Amino acid sequence: MPLPRLIPCLDVAAGRVVKGVRFENLRDAGDPVELGAAYSDAGADELVFLDVKATLDGRPALLELVTRVAERLAIPFTVGGGVRSAADGASLLRAGADKISVNTAALARPTLISELAALLGSQAVVVAIDAAAGEARARAGTEPTGRSAVDWAVEAEERGAGEILLTSMAADGTRAGYDLELTASVAAAVSVPVIASGGAGGARHVAAALEVAQAALLASILHERPDRLTSLRQELHGLGVPLRDAA
Amino acid sequence: MKVAVCDYGAGNVLSVLSAFARLDADVCVADAPAAIATADLAVLPGVGSAASAMAVLRERRLDQALRMRVARGGPTLGICLGLQLALDRSDEDGGVEGLGLLPGCAVLLRQGRVPRIGWAPVDPGGEAYYFAHSYAAQTPAASAISEGIVAEARFGSFVGVQFHPEKSGAAGARFLKRCLSPV
Repeated sequence: MPLPRLIPCLDVAAGRVVKGVRFENLRDAGDPVELGAAYSDAGADELVFLDVKATLDGRPALLELVTRVAERLAIPFTVGGGVRSAADGASLLRAGADKISVNTAALARPTLISELAALLGSQAVVVAIDAAAGEARARAGTEPTGRSAVDWAVEAEERGAGEILLTSMAADGTRAGYDLELTASVAAAVSVPVIASGGAGGARHVAAALEVAQAALLASILHERPDRLTSLRQELHGLGVPLRDAA
Repeated sequence: MKVAVCDYGAGNVLSVLSAFARLDADVCVADAPAAIATADLAVLPGVGSAASAMAVLRERRLDQALRMRVARGGPTLGICLGLQLALDRSDEDGGVEGLGLLPGCAVLLRQGRVPRIGWAPVDPGGEAYYFAHSYAAQTPAASAISEGIVAEARFGSFVGVQFHPEKSGAAGARFLKRCLSPV
């Protein structure tokens, strides 16, 4: 198995990093390329750029951002938000993204996953699942779907997903630890890599998540601070987590 | 130092172009045979599926240009799918005839989680590079291994790597620099 991965997640809107609470009261937190580069220097294994607005008028800004990231950074990155067709995914990859992430659009029309996998290859298709009480939720977790997160992950894999990005809504933002039970259930049910998300408060949480998942998404724990990633890597190293030597 | 990156319409070209540009190479996109013939280093990058990639390479007559280039000893680098396309054959998409620049075939990974995604050490050397693949080369020309999987193969003037040096941070940049140095 490849080494466990640490993946900082940057929320972006209109080409800028934004901070907010539950996608509201967004405020500018800088240039995604600069912050991404700082995370890369601090040892990030990958990056995720999540377009939290993903409106039609935001699309040119997103494509331009993707190209600037690809020109500057030599680590893989995923772009999520607003991908509704295989053509949307292809344009993001052409602009320089390595992978695209889909969530609500795939729940509404699961064949989107197969279309993306056929056009881009499974290794470029991440299916993001927001789970609450074991159920997959749509629209940033606001809409119930009546489907279990585990069943949806299995179907996503069957349809060609190359990775599952699993967020526990209950744990998200609490910094009380990842939902290990849910993560382990999904990881046991699929044979593609699973990225654990939601709840990281400290190195022990991340180390525990990396016992059951292949990667950990890091959002609020980093607070847009690359130096926190540096110290986190050191703490994880101390806990015996075999991270890559990024030098 | 002229580097030509084959464009067969499957994305990822920009990342490869940027990686060579950061090393101050004179890099261009090659979507016609002439650019491949004249470059100091030709690069066959790789994302997408084997069948569609081979179809576009044939349609643009890049397949023949690559064979001629390697036959006369022109340094050529295949990345990820670019390594798999260089083989005689791939099992992907129900079986695809490859470029035949390298003996062997590409077979589906059967161990661990597939796609195999992430950073893994490559021996000899022990440096970690980024991999993202579901198929892997089986070839007598293997020159480096990662977790039992062919990470690099060399045959004549062709070098193929299963990992993505353009996405492998400082270690990847060092690898690409070595590709430029013997030119």
